Amino acid sequence: MKRYSALRLFVEGLRGQKGWTPAWRSPSPKKRYDVIVIGAGGHGLATAYYLARNHGVRDVAVLERGWLGGGNTGRNTTIVRSNYYYPASARIYDFSVRLYERLSRELNYNIMYSQRGIVTTAHSRHELEGVRRWLGAMRLNGVDGEMLTTAEVKLRVPVLDVSPTARLPVLGGYIHKRAGTARHDAVAWGYARAADALGVDIIQNCEVRGFASNAAGRVVGVETSLGPIAAEKICLSVAGHSGVLAALAGFRLPVTSYALQAFVSEPLKPVLDTVVMSLASGFYISQSDKGGLVFGGELDRYPSYAQRGNMPTIRNAAAALADQMPSLGRVRLARHWAGIVDIAPDSSPILGETPVPGLLINCGWGTGGFKAIPVGGFVLAHHLATGKAHDLAAPFGLKRFAEGALIDEAAASGIAH
Amino acid sequence: MLLISCPWCGPRDEIEFRCGGESHIARPEPSEEATDGAWVDYLFVRTNPKGVSFERWVHAFGCRQWFNLARDTVTHEIKAVYHIGEAAPAIDGEDGA
Repeated sequence: MKRYSALRLFVEGLRGQKGWTPAWRSPSPKKRYDVIVIGAGGHGLATAYYLARNHGVRDVAVLERGWLGGGNTGRNTTIVRSNYYYPASARIYDFSVRLYERLSRELNYNIMYSQRGIVTTAHSRHELEGVRRWLGAMRLNGVDGEMLTTAEVKLRVPVLDVSPTARLPVLGGYIHKRAGTARHDAVAWGYARAADALGVDIIQNCEVRGFASNAAGRVVGVETSLGPIAAEKICLSVAGHSGVLAALAGFRLPVTSYALQAFVSEPLKPVLDTVVMSLASGFYISQSDKGGLVFGGELDRYPSYAQRGNMPTIRNAAAALADQMPSLGRVRLARHWAGIVDIAPDSSPILGETPVPGLLINCGWGTGGFKAIPVGGFVLAHHLATGKAHDLAAPFGLKRFAEGALIDEAAASGIAH
Repeated sequence: MLLISCPWCGPRDEIEFRCGGESHIARPEPSEEATDGAWVDYLFVRTNPKGVSFERWVHAFGCRQWFNLARDTVTHEIKAVYHIGEAAPAIDGEDGA
């Protein structure tokens, strides 16, 4: 991989930009790999990268039925944060934030990571008490956060209506300063380029249609649209399609897939330099470097694989924006879309072993997968390479449901599930 | 906006309803004798189909009655409306659960 640098930009400028090479290859699949990762979203690509980088396992293929990063990784509202409630959650999400903090340098790819903080607003006495309790839990877990008064919220978010007659009066809130945003496509592309440079084959337009198993019931390969590929270990990293792939492998999951919509407005001059999330309306927003307001809200509350949602949710998100930031109420929407999010009963991820020997899974991140791309890949790579769950991932195994050890992050995950 | 035909009230906008998840999931009986696996399946494990799905819905802001829908989760098209307690209808050659 030719390194990107200011010097190279200058040199290539002098040479008419003729020296740039493709960021990743488009190889044909081999007949066999040590590891197959199914799904070239952020998590799958990160898994392959960390397998090669941290564990020296380079005989890896990432199979993607569409184009890499075309699923939820390309459809989210780009928020990175670790303000969860339980210790196990704080550990895993904060590790991810710390990986994000140095990711551009590590991948030699500008992921435009902007640690602009997230302000969460409380709109009732109950929400304010809930926020204090949530913040207390965060602080006990070693995650940063500070309470904010109404005036302090207004200082940080001038466009927010905090007047007594606001539709949703702001009684206060808190700020998690180490939160921020990153360019979602760049995260996928950065991991793809780095993994490819270490020898990983990324095979796009390759749909997995079945699994091959040996007599003992262990998976030994996959059937794909490009033919059969054998592997010693396989990892499912397909988010909202986890149920579909699991069914091909003969098991079911405690996961339901929903549409999570997201919106981008026309470009505006800078009006918002932090992420804002409102508890009462379930609305969250930031402003991208191009000037568009990137925002979202709650799920459409019926199962969906459509990658689009319906008008009631659009109205709720737009209404929250218009109510809470009145000066932005006439802004025009440029684009909207949806991802397919895999919601687990406790809104926490499902990591590690499945009922099928040789097949691991990384799913259940629901509406919060983007922030966890680095840690998801990191811990699954560890599990694939060593055969054992990483300490960060161990509490999130599939067996926690039978053990009653759910990690119920429904509230702290940010939106109602 | 989904237009849902409540069996009692007729076609109404989706905002009058709430989806109650997958239908035709029977509580293991006698429940005291259910294995952990059967109980986990009952509480948490779901089929989550990509395609025709059989779901319970309640007309929360109308008659507040429950009913079943056969609905495609890719196109959102409602294929059938039927009562709680009825078997899932065959849809496009697929058998009900």
